[in-house]
Amino acid sequence: MTTSPSTPGVSPAARRPVRHRGGIRGREGTAGWVFMTPVIVILGLFLLLPIIAAVWVSISDWSGHGSPLDAGFVGAENYQTLLAKPGLSQQNLATSLRNNFYYVILVVPIQTVLALFLASVLNGRRLKGKGFFRTAFYFPSVTSTIAIMTVFLFLFTTTGVVNQMLSWLGLHGPNWFQDPRGVLRLILSGLHLVDTSNPPGWLVNNHFLGMSWYDWLAGPSVAMCALIVLAVWTTGGTFMLMFLAALQDIPDEVVEAARVDGATRWQSFRSVTLPALRPTLFLVVTLGLIGTWQIFDQIYILGGGNPAKTTLTPAYLSYQASFGDGKWGQGAAISFILFAIIIVMTIIQRLVMRERKHLPRRRRFRPAPPIARAEQGATAPAGGTR
Amino acid sequence: MTAQRTIRVALAALTGAALLVTAGCGSSGGGPGASGSAESTESSSPASGGQTSTPQTPASGASSPMESPSGTASGSAGASQSAPDSGSAGSSWTVPANMPRANLTILFGSSGDAETKALKAATADWAKQTGSTVTVTPASQMDQQLAQGFSSNTPPDLFYLDPGKLGTYAKAGNLWSYGDQLPNKSDFYPALVQTFTYDGKLVCAPKDQSTLALWINTEDWSKAGLTDADIPTSWDQLESVAKKLTADGRVGLSMSPGRDRVDAFLVQNGGYLVNDDGTKATANSEQNVQALTYVQKLMTDGSMKWSSDLGTGWGGEAFGKNKAAMTIEGPWMYGALSSDFPNIKYKIVPLPAGPTGTQGTLVFTNCWGIAAASKNHDQALNLVEYLTQPSVEMQFAKAFGVIPSVQSAQADYLKEFPNNKPFVDGIAYAKGVVTAAGVGEVLSDFDSQLATLATGDPKSILDSVQTNLQAALSGS
Repeated sequence: MTTSPSTPGVSPAARRPVRHRGGIRGREGTAGWVFMTPVIVILGLFLLLPIIAAVWVSISDWSGHGSPLDAGFVGAENYQTLLAKPGLSQQNLATSLRNNFYYVILVVPIQTVLALFLASVLNGRRLKGKGFFRTAFYFPSVTSTIAIMTVFLFLFTTTGVVNQMLSWLGLHGPNWFQDPRGVLRLILSGLHLVDTSNPPGWLVNNHFLGMSWYDWLAGPSVAMCALIVLAVWTTGGTFMLMFLAALQDIPDEVVEAARVDGATRWQSFRSVTLPALRPTLFLVVTLGLIGTWQIFDQIYILGGGNPAKTTLTPAYLSYQASFGDGKWGQGAAISFILFAIIIVMTIIQRLVMRERKHLPRRRRFRPAPPIARAEQGATAPAGGTR
Repeated sequence: MTAQRTIRVALAALTGAALLVTAGCGSSGGGPGASGSAESTESSSPASGGQTSTPQTPASGASSPMESPSGTASGSAGASQSAPDSGSAGSSWTVPANMPRANLTILFGSSGDAETKALKAATADWAKQTGSTVTVTPASQMDQQLAQGFSSNTPPDLFYLDPGKLGTYAKAGNLWSYGDQLPNKSDFYPALVQTFTYDGKLVCAPKDQSTLALWINTEDWSKAGLTDADIPTSWDQLESVAKKLTADGRVGLSMSPGRDRVDAFLVQNGGYLVNDDGTKATANSEQNVQALTYVQKLMTDGSMKWSSDLGTGWGGEAFGKNKAAMTIEGPWMYGALSSDFPNIKYKIVPLPAGPTGTQGTLVFTNCWGIAAASKNHDQALNLVEYLTQPSVEMQFAKAFGVIPSVQSAQADYLKEFPNNKPFVDGIAYAKGVVTAAGVGEVLSDFDSQLATLATGDPKSILDSVQTNLQAALSGS
């Protein structure tokens, strides 16, 4: 744009000749574009073009034969089949969304809290063998998911290690990866709130996306719970490392000052450490959300949604629809629906976790109390500790 | 970062291969033993592992083609039968005088080294006689590799085609329908021809076949006080022996969960998921409901369990670990038993007949698919003719345990493998899998519902299958 000096303009034209012809920075614009070209070409070729192609496939009837560009345009039909038309496609999508939703809302908080906890423990000054624990906690993250999943399959068989340990406690463990029963439903029926053999009519008769509310509320299956344990265990280490780095960035003086001012361990964590970790917390939750919505490897190993489709996820469904059933348009459409879900969830999460520049009126005077407390503390306990 | 990762998933459908290929995972869809033919059932990933293993031109092949039959025959005594006597009954293969040379590529899902070697030897033999070359590539992810080939118009000339994919690929125009040009078309078993018929035409030549039969652990059998006279020939008898065999922490009968076993009971009761020409769904017929209710009863009696409920991967494992005294599997189980569970003593008998005396089983097979986009149709067809000769199919049978797909090889086969009579007999009353386009997800939905059959309602399961299957068949 800036390379065309001949364009007669109003005010910029007056300045341009100066910028271009004279001075040491005359050709800077051109040079900039030249240097950026390789990156633009690479990104365009491997990022932008595939996205455009995928958008096109999702609104075409491409059957996998020849180039997708020769396929016919069908408008929103693929999306309609998935979202609005009663049938197996809609049902599969609803099932996969349900499964993945429970997976996300359990994995993200648990892994975040666990990672934060492990990081705080490792950040403690008195802990011996820090390096060992750090490596041990991080180890699952650098191991291949496939390998871990295969090991988990053995751990969680009917006669596997997990069930043997449960049997020491007198418990009879389920056949983890083959058990399709929904956990929420099991709990509710255990509390005699819902009769599984005769579920309440209003739950069964109301539908959303072609699936009854009763099925939506089934909760993660037992098999999915084992996957949740696996996900927390493997990714906890990565996020622990992020928290650890952030914790080490917090100046000791700040925490010490709070302690000197009489804050308890919990208070200093809650009011000093945690606010300082906010950017990291945001990063961890965002990465967690994106990663958990994309779970694929484990599902693939488990046999594509077994048992009884309770571990089917949108990412796997997209793969299955495309490569398995030759419905490439639907497969691409599923991935864009997943894309939309991830975007929306991330936006919501941003809104919830954003830093408020203007404190609400109610809390405006909040910075004051610590000072008051500190004055109080300075008289009695602080003197005592000295 | 966010955008990039998200886009990755968005593009899974398009650029899947690089992202999704997970090294060393051969089995696609369903657990091991859940579906497919003899070869794909227990597909262990080939030792080479890689997606495109080093292409081997026949000229540089390790074993000379003429040595291979006896070399790969698994020590069977009847070596005299294995002499490469092309030109015997049923063989119609000739090299056309004016056939130009070509470089053919074959993509196939290998069950292991034995199959890879046998196929390499056989194709090398053909190449030698025709002057062409053949590159044989074992697939690590058949669906994915074929999809890439089809979309880029560079598919392999020849490939193993899973009948479950027949409709989808044929509808998309990926297949060259050459069956009617085969001189030995009438030699294939009718059930196989029907399986690979699409739009009234035989699309491709069946490669081999395997059917289901009842495997009985003879030690458990005699321990339960049962004799040869008790071998079940009807559902009632199956039910009673299963009950008697359920003891000492094992169940009487176990099988892999899913349609690939349960459908056999539908056939035995005179029903099936679709009508004879595969155009109409008949899933919730009275016979089918009755059959599924029978299977459910076996489960609620406690005398039958899915192999997965026993903590095993497939029926063969449950049988091999002696967690079940009987299972329903095909001839592919020989390999697993001899390598993993050599101490199990067993007997193979035909599946029992239904209440009306109807016998029924299922046949699994693959065919030699030729890509529509292949530039070497003539040569590929000629190679298929060569590979489906009785003598060559017998080589394969000896090398890796499949049953020939041509009737003219039956006598030789039974002479060589008399124990496999139940499997060979089964082909006469067997049904093939449903092949119409778009039924894949319907059938896998059926599978997932069967997993909870013990607590489910057979009628409502079949009703939902009926609705979905009819929708898929009418092409909506």
